[in-house]
Amino acid sequence: MRIEPKRIWKMSGNPDRDQEPEFTGHEWDGIRECNNPLPRWWLWTLYATIAWGVGYMVAYPALPLIERATPGILGYSTRAELAEDLEVASAANAPLDDRLVATNLNEIASLTDLREYAIRGGAAVFRNYCSQCHGSGAGGAFGYPNLLDDDWIWGGDIEAIHFSVSHGIRDDGDADSRYSEMPAFTELIESDEIDNVTEFVLKLSNQDHDPKMAGLGATVFEEQCSICHGEEGRGDREQGSPNVADAIWIYGGDRETVRQTIANGRFTVMPSWRERLTESQIRQVSVYVHQLGGGE
Amino acid sequence: MLGITLGIYYATPWIRWDRGPNLPDQAVLIDLAGRRFFFFWIEIWPHEFYFVAWLLIMAGVGLFLFTSVLGRVWCGYACPQTIWTDLFILIERAIEGDRNKRVRLWNAPMSVRKLRVRTAKWTAWLAISVCTGGAWVFYFADAPTLFIALVTFSAHPIAYASVGILTATTFVLGGFMREQVCIYMCPWPRIQAAMMDENSITVAYRPWRGEPRGKHRKAKGSENLGDCIDCEACVNVCPMGIDIRNGHQLECISCALCIDACDDVMNRIGKPRGLVDYLSLNDERLKATSSSLGSLAKQVLRPRVLLYSAIWSGIGVALVVALFTRPDIEFSVAAVRNPINVLLSDNSIRNSYVFRIRNRQNESRSFRISLSSTEDFDLMVAGSSESVATINADETAQVRIHVTTDPGSPAARRDNTSLRFWVEDALSGERAAADSVFRGRP
Repeated sequence: MRIEPKRIWKMSGNPDRDQEPEFTGHEWDGIRECNNPLPRWWLWTLYATIAWGVGYMVAYPALPLIERATPGILGYSTRAELAEDLEVASAANAPLDDRLVATNLNEIASLTDLREYAIRGGAAVFRNYCSQCHGSGAGGAFGYPNLLDDDWIWGGDIEAIHFSVSHGIRDDGDADSRYSEMPAFTELIESDEIDNVTEFVLKLSNQDHDPKMAGLGATVFEEQCSICHGEEGRGDREQGSPNVADAIWIYGGDRETVRQTIANGRFTVMPSWRERLTESQIRQVSVYVHQLGGGE
Repeated sequence: MLGITLGIYYATPWIRWDRGPNLPDQAVLIDLAGRRFFFFWIEIWPHEFYFVAWLLIMAGVGLFLFTSVLGRVWCGYACPQTIWTDLFILIERAIEGDRNKRVRLWNAPMSVRKLRVRTAKWTAWLAISVCTGGAWVFYFADAPTLFIALVTFSAHPIAYASVGILTATTFVLGGFMREQVCIYMCPWPRIQAAMMDENSITVAYRPWRGEPRGKHRKAKGSENLGDCIDCEACVNVCPMGIDIRNGHQLECISCALCIDACDDVMNRIGKPRGLVDYLSLNDERLKATSSSLGSLAKQVLRPRVLLYSAIWSGIGVALVVALFTRPDIEFSVAAVRNPINVLLSDNSIRNSYVFRIRNRQNESRSFRISLSSTEDFDLMVAGSSESVATINADETAQVRIHVTTDPGSPAARRDNTSLRFWVEDALSGERAAADSVFRGRP
């Protein structure tokens, strides 16, 4: 049973299907190549795609030139579209941003919707701006504090975190930036005094130490270090001096590193973010960091 | 059949089903934006999509089953392509008259009358197409709201685009492509060829009765002729354009229009009905050779049929069981391993975990979180002083859990310690567990 093809399926230029198709003269192993015209629907589809392609090249960016591609008469640009989308997104978030900025920092955690928003937004801000130093999981690195633990240099409540992010630490460009300096003690005290105070710091933090040297170092510590780090070495958040009597170290707590820190001093900088991030973003990332586990 | 299937399609989105204040009251709703699928009392979340996958597999096996017993009943009676084509042909007949008139109209040159009739037909088709496309979008949004939005031209462009595309496909496939769809576009006829065997019931011609065919005339002796009078009634009614007397063919969709046509003719010439009939080829062979028929049970209870039935009902039972034993509390635990653990100032070790807790109920629920292990641990839920997480109605929320162990505990110095977390509904006391590990610093 042969089904009569509809007109559109017909071969173009070959109205009589029963006619023998033209033979090209090529034959391999009994397979003959004939010169059958293409089906008309197929041909028209091809022409349509060609026409579409030309139209597309005129309408959209297409041909790469030296500086940039031809812009196309519609002026379409993926960047412009992205910018538009971002604008729409930030417009949609504007009410939440406004509320976040207007709300007392300490109350954000108890307002479920604001908290959720801040954590999600803060996670994105953190990955973009903070993770380079503090690590994508906020676990810190050599010289950059771990934000997950319970030891804070400048304070770990939401307001202290917010202030640190806003103004940075030891940032020249921000007059309100937190500031303190660990001096290099090689220029201030003798080398054996440095050795002795190193042993005393190891003793403070419950590590293996030389008791005799540590005894001598106690005096040095009291004279040179206790002003900032406190008599028991517990640090002072007002001036950002770290606790040297606990298990947590920014640069490392072994004998070698502690000695190096005392001898040469330390000076790390965290930039002030208030110029580069919006107040809402700063609050988001503060809430995010605060809830990671270390927040007080 | 036409009425029932069309009725189901058009009416379903309008059935209401009360689910409480915060959920839609549409009985069948695919809420893509909210990522929920509602089917009467069942609510499916995206992570349970396998239900839908298995339902589709069941539908597939069901088709195999029906095909092996009854041939292409799906094509003839339930396939949307057939339903809408039949509907369109119905309209064509009402507007343009019976077949002979339609053929005449087709061959007639363009005239005012032809144009008028054509326009009327196409308008009717288009109206049905619009309704078809329109009904489709109602499955994806609240039907009454969307209906008002659609007619006041305030609905979302995507809704109009969907209606437009489905209108176009209905109009073209139902009005013009018709059997071409079944022959060239649909894969099912090809698959079905493998599903059927000689025992399947199909529409067929009884050549042992009909042949030799020929016009019965008084003048010539018609005694030597078969019952078929070669009137071509069966060929004329066939929507697929085949001659059923040539034996079973790929194109046949088992619509049985040829049976009706032939029975009419048989009645008129006073011969028994059933020259073209539902039959299985095996039976026919037996009948033609006048041996006794195989029993119906034997015909239906073939290994192939039994196997399909077993698979189909096996999946069905498993699905129903799975549906009714879905846990009321669902949560998953992902350990935070960046960093692996956190050293606290007093040398104790902390691990953090992110819980995803689903609250599928229509009210806010509080969950008490605890853990059991061979060692002692402190558990803290971030943002809560009582180890309780509150999840809003019909939401999934992430909760951060901190687990800390003393510096002296064996877990602090061991690489792995097993934990079992418990999440307990603070009101009902129902609880569920999930396992994880605590990683110390050896």
